[in-house]
Amino acid sequence: MTTSRESTDVLVIGTGFGGAIAAYHLAAGGARVTMLERGPWLAGDDFDHDFKLGSSYTRIFDFVVGDGMSLLGGNCVGGGSVVYFAAMPRAPRFVFDRHGSIGRRMWPRSLSRDALEPWYDRVEEALPVVRQDWDEITYAGGLWAAACAHSGGTANPVPVAVDNAKCVNCNWMMAGCKFDAKRSLLFNYLPAAVAHGAEIRPLHEVQHLTRTDDGGYTVHYNVVDDEDYRVHVGTGVIDAKIVILAAGAGATPVILQRSEAALGRMPHAVGRYFSGNGERLNTAVIDEERVRSVLGLDRGDGIGYAANQIGRGPVVANWDKLDGSLPEHSRFSLEQLYFPPGLGTILAQVPDAVGPSWFGPQKKEMLSRWQSWLTIFTMSEDDNEGVFGPPPATGNALRLSQQMLGRGNLRYDPTVNTLRGWAESDAEVRRIIERDGIGKVMPWTNDVVGAYTVHPLASCRIGDDPATSALDDGHELRGHPGIFVTDGSAVPAGLTVNPAMTIAALAERAMPGIVAAARERGVDVVYGAPGPGGETSGRDAVLPLVPAARR
Amino acid sequence: MTPDAEDDRRRTTLEAFADTIIPGERRGPDDRSVAGAAPGPGAVAAGAVELLETPAVGIVDDLGVLAGLLNEHAELHARINDLVLDRDVPPFVALDFAERTALVRALVAPGHPEKDMWVSLALFSNMAFDTAPHLHTTDALDAGHPGLRTMGLFPPDADGLHRFPEFSYGRPLASVHPRTTPSGSPE
Repeated sequence: MTTSRESTDVLVIGTGFGGAIAAYHLAAGGARVTMLERGPWLAGDDFDHDFKLGSSYTRIFDFVVGDGMSLLGGNCVGGGSVVYFAAMPRAPRFVFDRHGSIGRRMWPRSLSRDALEPWYDRVEEALPVVRQDWDEITYAGGLWAAACAHSGGTANPVPVAVDNAKCVNCNWMMAGCKFDAKRSLLFNYLPAAVAHGAEIRPLHEVQHLTRTDDGGYTVHYNVVDDEDYRVHVGTGVIDAKIVILAAGAGATPVILQRSEAALGRMPHAVGRYFSGNGERLNTAVIDEERVRSVLGLDRGDGIGYAANQIGRGPVVANWDKLDGSLPEHSRFSLEQLYFPPGLGTILAQVPDAVGPSWFGPQKKEMLSRWQSWLTIFTMSEDDNEGVFGPPPATGNALRLSQQMLGRGNLRYDPTVNTLRGWAESDAEVRRIIERDGIGKVMPWTNDVVGAYTVHPLASCRIGDDPATSALDDGHELRGHPGIFVTDGSAVPAGLTVNPAMTIAALAERAMPGIVAAARERGVDVVYGAPGPGGETSGRDAVLPLVPAARR
Repeated sequence: MTPDAEDDRRRTTLEAFADTIIPGERRGPDDRSVAGAAPGPGAVAAGAVELLETPAVGIVDDLGVLAGLLNEHAELHARINDLVLDRDVPPFVALDFAERTALVRALVAPGHPEKDMWVSLALFSNMAFDTAPHLHTTDALDAGHPGLRTMGLFPPDADGLHRFPEFSYGRPLASVHPRTTPSGSPE
C-alpha cells in the first residue's frame, strides 16, 4: 500500500454535475484543479450490453441499501450523468416556494425559477439539452402518452441530453452509452476541464478532511481496487486552498460527518433533511388486445405494445399534477420509465396477488409477460425526513459485493405527508392505466429494501436559515470557509421532476462566488469561461449577474 | 456428517429457498428441493446456487451458515405448526411449498431481525432467473437461459449489441400540457 502527499489549488470530490461544472470553470479560469472520483473511468467502448457481474453495469452503478431508503446512483467518472436517463426538465415554479416541514420557505430568498433561468440556459447550451418530437418517442413513451390522453390528460415528450440521431434505443443507458448518444459529462464539461489542465483521478475515494496550517484543507483518500471495491490498495493526502464537495447526496454528508472530529462541529443540517425526491414506481402489466382496441396502437405488425425492452429510459411525462394551486405533497409528475431486469423487477408486485406479491408463482407468471410491462415513475414532494446515522468505516456504505451493492446508514421513515403524495400518485396511475382495461397496475413494494430513489437530494442543503440549512446561498459550508458543496445534496427539497438540470444550474450559479472565494485565498483564477464547447450566448447572458452572484 | 453430505445439505437447502422465490418444475422424479409449484424451469434451473456461489456476489462464505439457519427456522416452524418433517432431507426441504412460502414471508417481513440476509438471498435468487448475472448475457441468451427466455428478452445483433431501429408509433399521441415552456419544461 502506497501513501503520497501533494497539493493543488482546488480539490474537487466527485465528477458528476456538481464536480464537473466546478472543475471546468475553475480550470478554465486558471486554477490548478484536481478531481478525485471513487469509481472507475470508462467511456464508449468500455460500456457493455451485459448483466454479468463485473461488466460496466456493476462497475459504474451503485445500490446502497439503507434503513427505510435505498439509493441508486453513479459510481464512475461522470457520476450520475453516465448512468442516468438524461431527462432534463427544469423544476416547476412552485417548488421554489415549498415550505416542507420547516413552516417557511426552504429555498434561499435569492432563488426562484426566474433567478435560475439564465443558469438553466447555460446548462442547456452546454450539454446540450433538446426537445423531442413525437416521431422520436419510443413505444413505451407513446403508450403512456396515449393512456394519459385516453384518461383526459396531457403528456409531454421530456427534454433530454441525448443525441437521438445516434441513439439505437437499446435501453442499456444504466450501463453507460455504447453509442456516444447520451450527452453525459464525458462529452462536455469533463473533457473541457481536462483540456484546461484539470486532473481526474479515478478510484480515489475521499474519506475525510482536515485543516492545514494556512487555512486550507487536507483531503484524505483511499485508492480503491479496480475490480473489488471492498479492497483498498493505497492511501494519500492532497492539500488544497478550496475544496468542492460533490460526491452525491448519499456520500457528501458522510464525508463531512467523518471530518467533524478534525474540522469541528458541522452545521446541524449536514446529513439531515435528506429527500428521495418523493420517488416511487408503479409497474403495469399491459393488456395487448386493449392497447389495440382501446388506444388504437399498433407497432405495424399487429402487435400493440410488447416493447418494454425497446427504448431509452423515460421519454414522456404526465405533468397534469404539477399545478401550483394544489396543496404541497399533492403535486407530482408521472414519467414513463424503463429499469432493466433485476433492479427493475424484484420490487414489482403482482396485481391482485393471492399470497406473496413480489415473489412466488404469480410473480413468475408476471415475469413471463415482462415485455408487456410499463413502469411509471412518480416524483413527488416528500418531507425531507431522511437522516444519516454514524458513518461506516470507509466510503458511504459497507460494501457487501465486489461492486454495486452496499449497506449504508441512511434512515428514512416516510411521514404522513410523503405517504399521502405516494398514495395520490398511485391512485392517479391506476386511474390512467386501468381505465377501460388497458392494464393492471401495482406500486413497487417498500417492504423489501424500504423506499428507493435514483435522485438523492438535500442532505447538505442551501438555505437562509442556519438551523435548517448546511450551506449559505453561495453553497459554502456554514462555519467552514473554503468548503463548498455543489451536488444534489445542496438542493433544498424534492423537485417533482428529474433533478439533474437543477443540480447543474445551481452549480453554474454558484461558480462566480466560488471563483471569488478562490481568489481571496490567493488562487489566480477568473470567472467568465464560455460553455465547455466554446458556446458564448449562455455565458454572455449571465455575465451581468456575476457581481450579484459574488457574495 | 461427511463434507459431501454437508455440501449436499447446503445445496439442497439453498435450492429450496430459491425455488420458493421463483418456483419451477421438478428436474426429475427424485427432485426434493424443487417443489414443482409452477410450470417451466425456475430459479434453480436458472442457476441460483451457481450465482450465490459466485465470489463477486460477496456471500459465498456465508452460505453454509445461512443454510443452517434456514433449517433451524424450518425446524421451529414445523414444531409450532405441528408438522412432521421427513428426516431424509434438510428441514427446509422437508417443508411443502406452502409452508416454505409461509416461512420465507415471515423471514423477509419488515421488522424481522434477520430480514437483511434473507432479502439478500431472495434478491440473488430472483436475479439468477431474470438477469443471469453469473453469465455473459449474450451467452445466456444463446443458451436459452430459462429466465431470460421466459421473460422474452429480444436477442442482440450479431455483434452482441442491442439495437432497435423500429421503436416509435411515430405520431402525436397526446396534447402537451398547456403550460409548457418553449424549451419543453413545465412552467
